[in-house]
Amino acid sequence: MKPARFEYIPPTTLEAAVAALAAANGEGKILAGGQSLLPLLNFRMARPAVLVDLNGMKELSFIELRGENVAIGALTRHREIEHSPLIASRLPVMSAAIRHVAHLAIRNRGTIGGSLSHADPAAELPMMAMFYGASLTVQGPAGRRTIAAKDFFVDALTNCLEPEDIVVEIEFPILQHDGWAFEEVARRFGDFALASIAVSIRRGQFGVGEARVAVMGVADTPLRLEHVEQRLCEIAVDGRTPDRFAEMVTSSVSPNSDVHASAEYRKHLLGELAKRAMQTVLAVKG
Amino acid sequence: MTINVSVMVNGTRHDVSDVEPRLLLSDFLRDTLGLTGTHVGCEHGVCGACTVLMDGHSIRSCLTLAVQAAGAEITTVEGLGTPEALNVLQTQFREHHGLQCGFCTPGMLMTGEDLLRNYPLATDEEIREGLSGNLCRCTGYQNIVAAIRSAAALRRENV
Ligand SMILES: Cc1cc2nc3c(=O)[nH]c(=O)nc-3n(C[C@H](O)[C@H](O)[C@H](O)COP(=O)(O)OP(=O)(O)OC[C@H]3O[C@@H](n4cnc5c(N)ncnc54)[C@H](O)[C@@H]3O)c2cc1C
Ligand code: FES
Ligand code: FES
Repeated sequence: MKPARFEYIPPTTLEAAVAALAAANGEGKILAGGQSLLPLLNFRMARPAVLVDLNGMKELSFIELRGENVAIGALTRHREIEHSPLIASRLPVMSAAIRHVAHLAIRNRGTIGGSLSHADPAAELPMMAMFYGASLTVQGPAGRRTIAAKDFFVDALTNCLEPEDIVVEIEFPILQHDGWAFEEVARRFGDFALASIAVSIRRGQFGVGEARVAVMGVADTPLRLEHVEQRLCEIAVDGRTPDRFAEMVTSSVSPNSDVHASAEYRKHLLGELAKRAMQTVLAVKG
Repeated sequence: MTINVSVMVNGTRHDVSDVEPRLLLSDFLRDTLGLTGTHVGCEHGVCGACTVLMDGHSIRSCLTLAVQAAGAEITTVEGLGTPEALNVLQTQFREHHGLQCGFCTPGMLMTGEDLLRNYPLATDEEIREGLSGNLCRCTGYQNIVAAIRSAAALRRENV
């Protein structure tokens, strides 16, 4: 047997799941798609005493339009997001990003709640939560509360939840924009990204009226670059905009070096991706 | 703590009592049911050798617990065809030399099955993206892509 011994609890209600986690006294773990947790269990890098399996709760799996937002249940699989016409039409940047998440068999099983909770600094869905300014609904022993994405991601592989908290659903505000782009480089299609950028703009009377910019792979958490968004609305749009944008983006990050890439390379890569993304965004007729 | 698991594998129902929750689906298939066609390489989701179908979609059996397969329908490489009557995809792997040592082949075939059943596979890029999670140390992939392309064309002709 690869994983160490654990007690397996497959609850059918959220209340029972929260209670099981609370009873485990910090020794419990939630099992969603298992695509990040099972490797840790197989290596015995994680040895929870109790595993609370959410997979029996089908009501946590949905994608629906809710006013100006798209709400997604925590147990919704990557594949369902990838093939959702609603996501494609209302959250097109997410639709592009999800194709870069892992490989076929892993997308068939992995969930959005698991990906956000795992908080890998090079994962696409946490980046999308930052990009869209998503809010997460979390159920804990004291009931439900809402957490903004920017408060949720604390550090690499670290979120702000208590051990008995469960992410229930995530709301993504729809952007009323006219041009967007998602760019990513990974060593191999489906691998974790070395660097990635998402950009979306609404044209104003002169130049850019509103902008959204997020990056990942270049810090311990995904980042939304609000000061770059602001600057974009202040500058003239001309042939030099992609280069100026790349400069703004790279000067606002300081990536680390690791076995996959040096800090200089990541920064250079991000600059090139930023330039490409802005070229795409501006090519769309506004 | 052990659990009773009732699961359909390749069309046959198996009722197994005393399954430890920490038993991986890959080890359940190989050791408990004796279906050693499913191969085990890395056991952390990277190589794809252990890929099987669960309710018609490919999954990593090394990243799924056996108890999670309860009530599901699992298809392994043994469920595709027999040595006397290979299925279309298996035949095309043979035709196009899509295998050498054969270690990655069960995973390649099960990923290929998912691709053929659920995706249009209009372009080679789609096939290559679909295979990106399966490693092969022998073939160089070209012949595997050719085998799947050809199986997709044959399936289109037959519908
Ligand atoms: C080979 C490989 C390549 C991959 N490549 C990529 C990639 O390129 N990009 C990418 O983004 N991901 C990648 N992944 C990760 C994949 O997307 C996972 O599915 C995802 O990170 C975790 O989701 P899960 O549902 O499988 O979560 P699990 O593995 O089940 O759980 C992950 C963590 O989140 C916790 N958790 C799960 N659900 C909840 C919840 N509802 N509330 C609170 N906590 C919860 C768990 O306790 C655990 O700590 C890859 C995985 C593998 C094996
Ligand atoms: S053995 Fe499961 S992916 Fe390698
Ligand atoms: S045929 Fe040997 S690993 Fe693929």
